[in-house]
Amino acid sequence: MTGDPNSTQDNLQDIRLGHADRGFVGKIIRLDALVTGSSLSPQELEQRLVEMGFVEGARVEILHEGTIRRDPIAVRVDNITIALRRSEAMAVIVE
Amino acid sequence: MTTASLRLALVGAPNTGKTSLFNSLTGSRQKVANYPGVTVERKSGGFVTPEGRSVTVLDLPGTYSLRGRSPDEEITRDIVLGRFDGEAVPDLVLCVADATNLRLTLRLVLELKRVGRPMMLVLNMIDIARRRGVTIDLERMSQELGLPIVTSVAVRKGGVDELLKRTDEFLARSHEAAASQWTTPTIADLKAAQREADRIIAAAVTLPTKPDTLTNRIDSVVLHPVGGLVILAVILFVMFQAVFTWAQPAMELLSDGFSALGQLIHDVMPEGWGLLQSFLQNGLISGVGSVIVFLPQIIIIFLFILLLEDFGYMARAAFLMDRIMGGAGLHGRAFIPLLSSFACAIPGIMATRVIDNRRDRLTTILIAPLMTCSARIPVYTLIISAFVPATTVWGFVNLQGLVMFGLYAAGITSALTVSAIAKFFLWRDHAPAPFMLELPDYKMPRLKSIAIGVFTRAKMFLYRAGTTILSMMVLIWFLASFPTAPAGAEGPAINYSFAAMIGHALEPLLRPIGFNWQIAVALIPGMAAREVAVAALGTVYSIEGGKEAADQIGQVLAQKWTLATALSLLVWYIFAPQCASTLAVIRRETGGAKWMVVTFIYMLALAYVASFLTFNLAQALGLH
Repeated sequence: MTGDPNSTQDNLQDIRLGHADRGFVGKIIRLDALVTGSSLSPQELEQRLVEMGFVEGARVEILHEGTIRRDPIAVRVDNITIALRRSEAMAVIVE
Repeated sequence: MTTASLRLALVGAPNTGKTSLFNSLTGSRQKVANYPGVTVERKSGGFVTPEGRSVTVLDLPGTYSLRGRSPDEEITRDIVLGRFDGEAVPDLVLCVADATNLRLTLRLVLELKRVGRPMMLVLNMIDIARRRGVTIDLERMSQELGLPIVTSVAVRKGGVDELLKRTDEFLARSHEAAASQWTTPTIADLKAAQREADRIIAAAVTLPTKPDTLTNRIDSVVLHPVGGLVILAVILFVMFQAVFTWAQPAMELLSDGFSALGQLIHDVMPEGWGLLQSFLQNGLISGVGSVIVFLPQIIIIFLFILLLEDFGYMARAAFLMDRIMGGAGLHGRAFIPLLSSFACAIPGIMATRVIDNRRDRLTTILIAPLMTCSARIPVYTLIISAFVPATTVWGFVNLQGLVMFGLYAAGITSALTVSAIAKFFLWRDHAPAPFMLELPDYKMPRLKSIAIGVFTRAKMFLYRAGTTILSMMVLIWFLASFPTAPAGAEGPAINYSFAAMIGHALEPLLRPIGFNWQIAVALIPGMAAREVAVAALGTVYSIEGGKEAADQIGQVLAQKWTLATALSLLVWYIFAPQCASTLAVIRRETGGAKWMVVTFIYMLALAYVASFLTFNLAQALGLH
């Protein structure tokens, strides 16, 4: 298994939030923190994401992105806005 | 119940208006200190309920859960659980929630319930929620949660009346704390709690069909990839203008006031009390005065920071700068502390408390003193005006201004370089800490809350000026005054003092970088505060009049020093750890002497090497 987040076997419609563009609107299917570019352990990353409201079924929308490499991103999660780097957003599987 | 006052603890997620609530409960009856052994701010205060119960309130650090992943959050957890040494377990836990944004807080409430302490839920900012069309069935929610609920508008007069009344009612009954069932939640626990919180919200809260669009509209401008950076630059520009221009009259007033006070003491003291007179005038008043002069700048910079923070802009600034600063191994949140350091490294280092990752925080503290603080300005101005001709280069640029700009740029560049090097050598094995933070809805800042915040900061600054800095000043005065000059001695008295002896002793070390013994002597009082060196040079070259005679000092220096020496001294001041109070703050904020010593040594080494290169290069180029 390589560390490339693209190589996981997701459904075709499922994408990682870290790959999505500004304006993307979708729903969280599940969290998968095993292969991301984050420095956090998969468990810690998943825990933090849940604490910030990234849970299954939540509606997400990418509102803004940063200047350099369109990173970090500002994501509307239900009715709050969270800023995070794309490397951490890789753990969020959306459709 | 005993006569001892009741202990109340405020717990809540970040951005729930917890601090505003704390401010409106306690007013100015606040005490800011540190928890023993850690550098987490302990904010406590007191108030008296309408029925005359005396209550102490503890404002615990904001947290999304009791997991305790940063020192701040551990404090919250340990105090709530009653396992923090030296801190009594609270009689009543007030969980503060933003009524417009209940999702994350309700999950925290469910987690707190397991701890078993008597608890009440405060729905803060209920006015904003109602205005947006959020309706909350308080009875239903209270039933579902099994907790009393009270609403509040922390920022409005009378907005906490109900809270006070209910606190009285609550305290009138006796409450038994249940045994704690809390265990560190697993991911499954967190998810289950979030589902339960969402279920309660669905049952008790009606959300408006139209969400708040004002924040979105502001953000589409403020967070624009290009426009956002332009706006940030404009805000910074205004802030700099304010710190350097608006503060000027107040600073001059203070400075003149201290001079007048010193002169008054000089005139009032009878003849023959020379030593005590010198101590009061030169040691005490001018010493502490030279630091207190920066109070207006500190107030202005904190006013800006607190205003932007309350408005909700700080999180956006971190968002905009994260990637840009990441290139130098810095966290987005390091931006504001580094910015504050242009006024003074002390508030800058204090502001690093917003960075939760220890490594990121240490890097920021290490490089904050390299930012050109305002105390360097008098030294830079003196040397530049004495040695750099006021000619125009490239048609429109003033050469003196260009050198000044160069000194600022050198400070910033070296700070970023040091950060990158620290990241590479010290923390190479650690990947960058994640950047994950809530961008709260914009809110109108409330002046009362801001005023209390600025007041608290100013008080802390003055307290330090009265303790650490004062004792340094006394020491330096002692070194510069003893032993006294023998009768009939020529030249200024400082030439016979310990300071001069140290200066002579240091001279061989400083000769390679072009400093003579007079500069070495001036550097010693300059340890207390950089700008004191200007006055000290005046004393060493026996020029009376101190600051007013700056032009005169400049003329003398221009005759006595070579250009190479002057350039070397300028470069020295970019890097040298010439500020005892900054070092003291680093020691306090990092909880030990280690990082203070590291900062001192690396800055000194940098200063020496840079000055050595500058001096020798300048000499080789024939700049005399």
